[in-house]
Amino acid sequence: MAKALPRLLVVLLALLLAAALFAAVFDLPQPAVDLPAQVAANLAQTGVEHPVTAVLLNYRGYDTLLEIAVLLLALLGVLAIAGKPATRTAERVDPVLQMLARIAVPLMILVAGYLLWAGAHRPGGAFQAGAVLAAAAVLLNLAGLLPAWSTPGKLLRLGLSAGFLVFLAVAAGLLAGGELLRYPPQLAGGLILLIEAGLTGSIGLILAGLFLLTSERGRSR
Amino acid sequence: MSAGLIYALTGVLLFVMGAAGVVLLDHLLRKILAFNLLGSGAFLVMVGLAQRGGGVDPVPHAMVLTGIVVSVAATALALALARRLLAVDADPEQD
Repeated sequence: MAKALPRLLVVLLALLLAAALFAAVFDLPQPAVDLPAQVAANLAQTGVEHPVTAVLLNYRGYDTLLEIAVLLLALLGVLAIAGKPATRTAERVDPVLQMLARIAVPLMILVAGYLLWAGAHRPGGAFQAGAVLAAAAVLLNLAGLLPAWSTPGKLLRLGLSAGFLVFLAVAAGLLAGGELLRYPPQLAGGLILLIEAGLTGSIGLILAGLFLLTSERGRSR
Repeated sequence: MSAGLIYALTGVLLFVMGAAGVVLLDHLLRKILAFNLLGSGAFLVMVGLAQRGGGVDPVPHAMVLTGIVVSVAATALALALARRLLAVDADPEQD
């Protein structure tokens, strides 16, 4: 009861905030720099045909580089605080779910490969592909076909960091050009595909790891 | 009123609902969900405003794509923290 008044106050403040933001959205001036035109004008040099992929991996490649670093950092954080999970006895698994997972997962891997390839010229790319891969791993875990992960071994650690390392290696190799992540136009397409392939695997593993490292399902110990 | 503007205003509403939820809700899991709603509202504002001037601006779209992945990772970290807290002190309700 004593909290009723502050609650009302919070709701009032929220409504005020909503009104202010509404006014701001209506009042927003058109941007001074016509970014879409600039993106379109230089698209031919980026090595890809889809503007969003061009922005992600060429114009603002350092954003994506830092993003995969943040993902890795979040996984390290989860590893550090996850602690020892409770031991569970084997659970009953649903045979229908298992059957469905066995059919769906190969298709999901195929879709991930398609998304990775499609990113160069239509909506798609490493993040979508990695998310589908991670979803496949989570589905396998929920169906009882893939045990949860314990502390990652050497191979898994390599896989988790491969995307970041490949990206860093490309960035370091191109530093000789004087600017961070400025690809030579004739190599840009290949380099972006290389980076995206590394990112897809690592993002898939990291997102799957965020679930599987904290999951208790099927953990043997 | 263009479709982009409607998306942006919907995003504003989601943002405010999420912000109020973070303050008002007691359970940690609900707080995390409210924070997610807040983030999704911000993404919707950016995606909506990106298509104001007729064409679609790919720059905010790329930023939102990056943001979505980061917010998934942040949510996982928050959930792991909440679970750890639950293990230490078995009460998810905060006073």
